[in-house]
Amino acid sequence: MATTTSSFRSKFRTATDRAVSGLAVLATVLVIVPLVAIFVYLLIKGVSSLNLAFFLQNPVPEGESGGGMANAIVGSAVLLGIASVIGVPIGIGAGIYLAEFGRGTKLATAIRFTADVLNGVPSIVMGLAAYSLIVVPTGHFSAFSGGVALGIMMIPTVARTSEEMLLMVPNNIREAALGLGLPNWRSVLSITVKTASPGIITGCMLAFARVAGETAPLIFTALGNTFWSTDPNRPIEALPLQIWVYATGPYEDQHRLAWAGALVLIALIVIAVSLVRYVASRGVLKGAS
Amino acid sequence: MPQSEPSAVRKFLMSRGNSAFADRAFQMLMVICALSIFGIVLLILSELMLRSSLAWHNFGLRFFFQPPAHDANLGETGSYWDPVNGHFSALPFIYGTLVSSLLSLLIAVPLAIGLAIFLTEMCPKFLRGPLAFVTELLAAIPSIIYGLWAVFVLVPLLREYVNPLLVKYLGWTRLFVDDNPTGLGYVAAAVILAIMILPIISSLTREVMTAVPHSQREAVLALGATRWEMIRVGVLRNARIGIVGAVILGLGRALGETMAVTMVIGNTPEISKSLLSNGSSMASVIANEFSEAVSDLHRSSLIEIGLALFIVTIIVNAVARILVWAVTRGAPANAH
Repeated sequence: MATTTSSFRSKFRTATDRAVSGLAVLATVLVIVPLVAIFVYLLIKGVSSLNLAFFLQNPVPEGESGGGMANAIVGSAVLLGIASVIGVPIGIGAGIYLAEFGRGTKLATAIRFTADVLNGVPSIVMGLAAYSLIVVPTGHFSAFSGGVALGIMMIPTVARTSEEMLLMVPNNIREAALGLGLPNWRSVLSITVKTASPGIITGCMLAFARVAGETAPLIFTALGNTFWSTDPNRPIEALPLQIWVYATGPYEDQHRLAWAGALVLIALIVIAVSLVRYVASRGVLKGAS
Repeated sequence: MPQSEPSAVRKFLMSRGNSAFADRAFQMLMVICALSIFGIVLLILSELMLRSSLAWHNFGLRFFFQPPAHDANLGETGSYWDPVNGHFSALPFIYGTLVSSLLSLLIAVPLAIGLAIFLTEMCPKFLRGPLAFVTELLAAIPSIIYGLWAVFVLVPLLREYVNPLLVKYLGWTRLFVDDNPTGLGYVAAAVILAIMILPIISSLTREVMTAVPHSQREAVLALGATRWEMIRVGVLRNARIGIVGAVILGLGRALGETMAVTMVIGNTPEISKSLLSNGSSMASVIANEFSEAVSDLHRSSLIEIGLALFIVTIIVNAVARILVWAVTRGAPANAH
């Protein structure tokens, strides 16, 4: 009888099982704890540096204390506005094509694949393309070029999330609309898109939050501006750009401001991600069949 | 039968007109929006190729591996990347990118797969939601914030505690020589990169593991396997290809990561064997030097590096997506 060997073997197997379970738990702890620690550290450092002056004042000369990042916040808002005007309509349009007209076609598969691949391209490359496309011909850095760089980053993300949300709308709604005599374009816009709109909006918010934190494409398009500016034709400051300049500088006060700016960015991200999760879990239709 | 008057319904419908034109125009508009995604790729490619043509004409393919120019005046080899003398070689940046990315994979992959295994197979139900949420949140944090944390927390940590230990215990490999202990360098870059790519690898691995049908798990369990054996044979073996895809996707992200790496890698265009010395990566040199580049050749060389980065990340991401798709069968991938 192979009792002794099988008993050793089964002991070995149980031991391996326990060891691996332990390793998996260890890996989880090793991952989650530092990541949460980063988060908490950012929160603590940021909150201690945040005050009303941060939101209302412009930066003061180096070495002096006080001041804020008002121009960076406004600059980010301008850049994101330009980016959204470019990114959101085209992105939703692409999403509508993928979900409504192109389902199952080879073209749609290729577009979906390309959008996913584009999402993985480093953002600095987008900045280089915008530099080449706009800064070189116009001869100067501008908020517009930064907005374009951010906008073309938004398009693939918005397209994919819109497609996902539109696919969640059940077919009977589309069929009901068409059966009532609505033209197809009307059915898509007023019925399907409207039904999926909470999801689409939160998808846009997610792309918005992602692009709000991007620094690299702005370094040589929007360039940064120590003064208050909202002109799309001039260089403009942005929150992540300012954080980078301050963090890599030697001044303590600027470091403090950088942490506060980081907190503002994180707050935006947390709100966006939580909203997306909430909407996705609720489903596209509230209580509809 | 005589032609009778059209019915009221017929009259109504005819009066409303034909929407064929509007439908077709709408569809065309949507198709154009969708084709814009191809347009973006072509736009980036064409713009980058246009602006890097100067460097391409000057150096050709040797740009990517030529050694430092010999400085006749000083009788010594100059640096790889010399904006003053117009000699540009991308070799140190390719080296820096590869070293930091591969080292970060070494750190991140075991941890990410361990986390994924825990979350899919072992985690109690109530923990699963919050942990997954935390992972998703951490994947969304901008790179600049990771860089900020790295500069003020990670680098001093490495400098004071970790690097001396590495030199002491692993110095015999001659890979850990710390001549200028600042805490910056390949190791710092690798650690922060590992932290950044962990959530991506982990969540994609989870997606791939959950795509394996339960019948596989049940079959292996029915044969008397322990939990680890069930995971190994029933899940991991089937999801193998997808996990490789997830790892490659993480690599793709690490290759292109700019801000966090720029802040901790030390920005020295040199090639060093020691992992603790300063270096530079392709993305970091562009971020650092582009806005201050004076000569056209300098800018063109930087754009050529950007073009190389673009092509490499496209290929890496495409391979990764194909592998993941092969396992999940084209379910809409998360827009990471």
